[in-house]
Amino acid sequence: MFKEYLTISSVSGPLVVVEKTENVKYAELVEVEFSDGAIRRGRVLEVSEDKALVQMFEATLGLDVVGAKVRFLGRTQELAVSPDLLGRVFDGAGRPRDGGPQIIAAKRMDINGAPINPSVRDYPSEFIQTGISTIDGMNPLVRGQKLPIFSASGLPHARLTAQIARQAKVLGKEEQFAVVFGAMGITFEEADFFMRDFQHTGAIERSVLFINLANEPAIERISTPRLSLTCAEYLAFDLDMHVLVILIDMTFYCESLREISAARKEIPGRRGYPGYLYTDLATLYERAGRIKNKKGSITLLPVLTMPEDDKTHPIPDLTGYITEGQIILSRELQRKGIYPPVDVLPSLSRLKDKGIGHDKTREDHIDVLNQLFACYARGKEARELAVILGEAALSDLDKLYLKFADIFEDKFVRQEESQERSIIQTLEMGWELLRLIPREELKRIRPEYLERYYAK
Amino acid sequence: MKPSKIIKVSGPLVVAEGCAGAKMYDMVRVSEQKLIGEIIELKKDLAFIQVYEETAGIGPGEPVYLTQEPLSVELGPGLIGSIYDGIQRPLEVIRSVVGDFISRGIEMPALDLKKKWHIRPQVKSGARVVAGDILGVVSETPLIEHKIMVPPEMAGEIVEINEGEFSIREVFARIRTEEGIKEITLSQRWPVRKPRRVKEKSKPDELLSTGQRVIDTFFPVAKGGSACIPGPFGSGKTVVLHEFAKWADAQVIVYVACGERGNEVADLLLSFPELKDPRSGRPLLERTIIIANTSNMPVAAREASIYTGVTIAEYFRDMGYSVALMADSTSRWAEALREMSGRLEEMPGEEGYPAYLSSRVAEFYERAGKVVCLGSDTRTGALSIMGAVSPPGGDLSDPVVQATLRVVKVFWGLDEKLASARHFPAINWLISYSLYHENLEDFLKNNISADFIDLRKEAMRLLEEEASLLEIARLIGIESLSLEDRLVLEVAKSIREDFLHQNAFHEIDTHTSLLKQFYMLKIILEFYHLARERIKTEEDFEKIIKLPIREKISRMRYIPEDRLEEFKKIEEELKNSLAEYV
Repeated sequence: MFKEYLTISSVSGPLVVVEKTENVKYAELVEVEFSDGAIRRGRVLEVSEDKALVQMFEATLGLDVVGAKVRFLGRTQELAVSPDLLGRVFDGAGRPRDGGPQIIAAKRMDINGAPINPSVRDYPSEFIQTGISTIDGMNPLVRGQKLPIFSASGLPHARLTAQIARQAKVLGKEEQFAVVFGAMGITFEEADFFMRDFQHTGAIERSVLFINLANEPAIERISTPRLSLTCAEYLAFDLDMHVLVILIDMTFYCESLREISAARKEIPGRRGYPGYLYTDLATLYERAGRIKNKKGSITLLPVLTMPEDDKTHPIPDLTGYITEGQIILSRELQRKGIYPPVDVLPSLSRLKDKGIGHDKTREDHIDVLNQLFACYARGKEARELAVILGEAALSDLDKLYLKFADIFEDKFVRQEESQERSIIQTLEMGWELLRLIPREELKRIRPEYLERYYAK
Repeated sequence: MKPSKIIKVSGPLVVAEGCAGAKMYDMVRVSEQKLIGEIIELKKDLAFIQVYEETAGIGPGEPVYLTQEPLSVELGPGLIGSIYDGIQRPLEVIRSVVGDFISRGIEMPALDLKKKWHIRPQVKSGARVVAGDILGVVSETPLIEHKIMVPPEMAGEIVEINEGEFSIREVFARIRTEEGIKEITLSQRWPVRKPRRVKEKSKPDELLSTGQRVIDTFFPVAKGGSACIPGPFGSGKTVVLHEFAKWADAQVIVYVACGERGNEVADLLLSFPELKDPRSGRPLLERTIIIANTSNMPVAAREASIYTGVTIAEYFRDMGYSVALMADSTSRWAEALREMSGRLEEMPGEEGYPAYLSSRVAEFYERAGKVVCLGSDTRTGALSIMGAVSPPGGDLSDPVVQATLRVVKVFWGLDEKLASARHFPAINWLISYSLYHENLEDFLKNNISADFIDLRKEAMRLLEEEASLLEIARLIGIESLSLEDRLVLEVAKSIREDFLHQNAFHEIDTHTSLLKQFYMLKIILEFYHLARERIKTEEDFEKIIKLPIREKISRMRYIPEDRLEEFKKIEEELKNSLAEYV
């Protein structure tokens, strides 16, 4: 039924050139049948009158120029969706990996999605309690937000992400909740950690997992986040669920993108990454959000490891420009033995303002948050000063701030992996810390809240 | 002649043959789906087309339709309060037709064709008119009187003009010109890449007040000026631009969200109908137009969005309004240029950006200005442009930042350190500058007070002194500084924390009028002057910096605009409490 081409003229990494093509469309899905009968898929990356450049989604291992057949399928890559997706595990290209059957499609969705019309977006404003003080208190997460975790090798981002997935809830509501987990290039051990955690807590029942391990073809990673997000869109906007999407690790995804760009001999941007990395990442991250008159939502937690802990590396840099804040993990806190090692000063949640306060968390939340930031920043400055001049040279006030910073890290930041703190507990801890500082120093807090909470 | 057809597709770039007769920057329709595109390069009969929509499913052999018209916007009543994508398609109408996700090949008039507007003619038949003359007025919103002007390059005698209800494409007047009788409707079209004509440009000499203390007092922008705000992510560019859009003292605001976040647009759409213009008390949406081409929308339309925005802004400027345009972020626009340039296989300049980057940036910012509009009434209008720049890693040597700094007159440099200490707006006072101070001196003298200029200079001097004193203190300890120097540190800290720091999310602090800014700065510096005279001993110093009046100073920001007389009381109290130390 489809015309078969035996005219592959070159294969280079993930790129295949097919000659003498007719009526091929841009971005069309392609099936390549290897001479051993294996079928691999790809998409049209560029098409001219009699030639098509195909990017394979799967490994080109074993592909030969003479015997392979190419079919153009006339449609883009799709994901078969149905409510049966929940509880299933797939590989990075969407094939079942748990031994279960193929999904019988209730609907087929283009994995590239379509942009949400900005005028129908509903502004995220529902506070999600993660039970982690550094997030809830300092960088609150809201439903429909995209908040990445900037980590680095050797830091416990997996544990933190699992803890968030386990504890996240919206206060006072019982709603349909699901987790979509997209893993790109992580190790077996990491994947196993998540699987066990999901099984242990029963979360697996309401989860969909797409897993591409470190030893699996790198080019399949291009599809993995798109499959995950398409699945999430179906669960959120067709089945009215609140979906938390975890994408780990975006650094490997970007490296695969770079590999394809290099194979195409494109002019590289910074550090060899393609110039369109920003646009490409945006088409993924921007799929998170809420839509007016739809019940469900997509909250996105991408995890990436910063090469050399460098925040200005293109991957964290461009991610930060697209996402609504970032949670940054710090090696310094990790060395002090503090879990979770969230570095609150450079971390940020841009959507906090409409998600917290009266009726949502507590009226004083925003002021407490700002004041804790300011005091901790001052405390860290004092700490630096003490290193140069010795603690004795500090003014009395600076000594207080230094003490504040130490206690802040030890009590407020530090928390057990199984410990779930309510937002009220977190705020109370914040006030306890603020009472170390003289009242007239607390300029970021409105007088009426000082009146109400400081003296207690 | 050969019919035009596609021979190659590569992402948003489509190459078509058989396009002889097409002109550069003409609009075309690609394939049967009629996707909108624009010609960006011609080689014999080959046309290189950037397509403003997703090109998946398009292939060689499909037709291309030439329109012989450059990419244009439709200008007329109904613009205000709208939200458009990068090529002026109305997003709210699209939503009602195709649903929550944007699909392709949608062609829709930018303005409501059915809606009737009441036009009140301002001239009579028989009158002679020239380009830019106001023919009639439509009350578009309670804030904006939409003036229907004689289209550029037209002059003649009015044959007919009617009062009454017209839709935007109905003829309400006829003008006899040298080329015959021309019909006039409420709307006109204008190509986006061509600046609209003005009679002449003049020197920007009025302050565009934004309600942001660090900007209005220290680094002001004039009406008709241009400014840029570069900074790394998380330093608060967007919040600052949103604050401008809310509080800037302009009559019309055009906000271009160019390749940025969808939720930020949602935020504007949610808050603007509710927020009130501080001068008129009307909802801010009644003076605002939003162009939203978010980062996940097609990249070529992102390139066009800046031009669409600035053309609409110029149109309102031509009516004699003061217009402010915010572009967030010009880096995303430059990246769209780079992407198209790469696909055209052009030789790259710095960082892969095309060699013409800086000339494009300069052309864009040059469309700002205070002008005498076309028309015989010599009305003036102003277009101020403020652009955010998002350099990688916050590095100011980025080509887009450098190209921008060469043309803009105001630079607000955002500082990551300030942002992580939650000092907002995180504008670093030591690196930022404004070249409008001299232009604005007369304006400040006439509208606020001649003292304002001296106060600003003194405050700036204290801040600079603070920076060098802190270096010394870091080396030898703060105790070794003289009392006078320590007072400077105290006062500079007060300027930073009580004046420069401003909370965008506090209902009163979010906007400070110029007059209130003047009072605030005056009191802070008055404290400095009085204290300096009175500090003789270490004991005095400790007491004076702990006086209760200082807490009042730190809370001045929360004094509502309608109770500015409280500043008199604070001044009084300040004098009294320091009088004891004489």
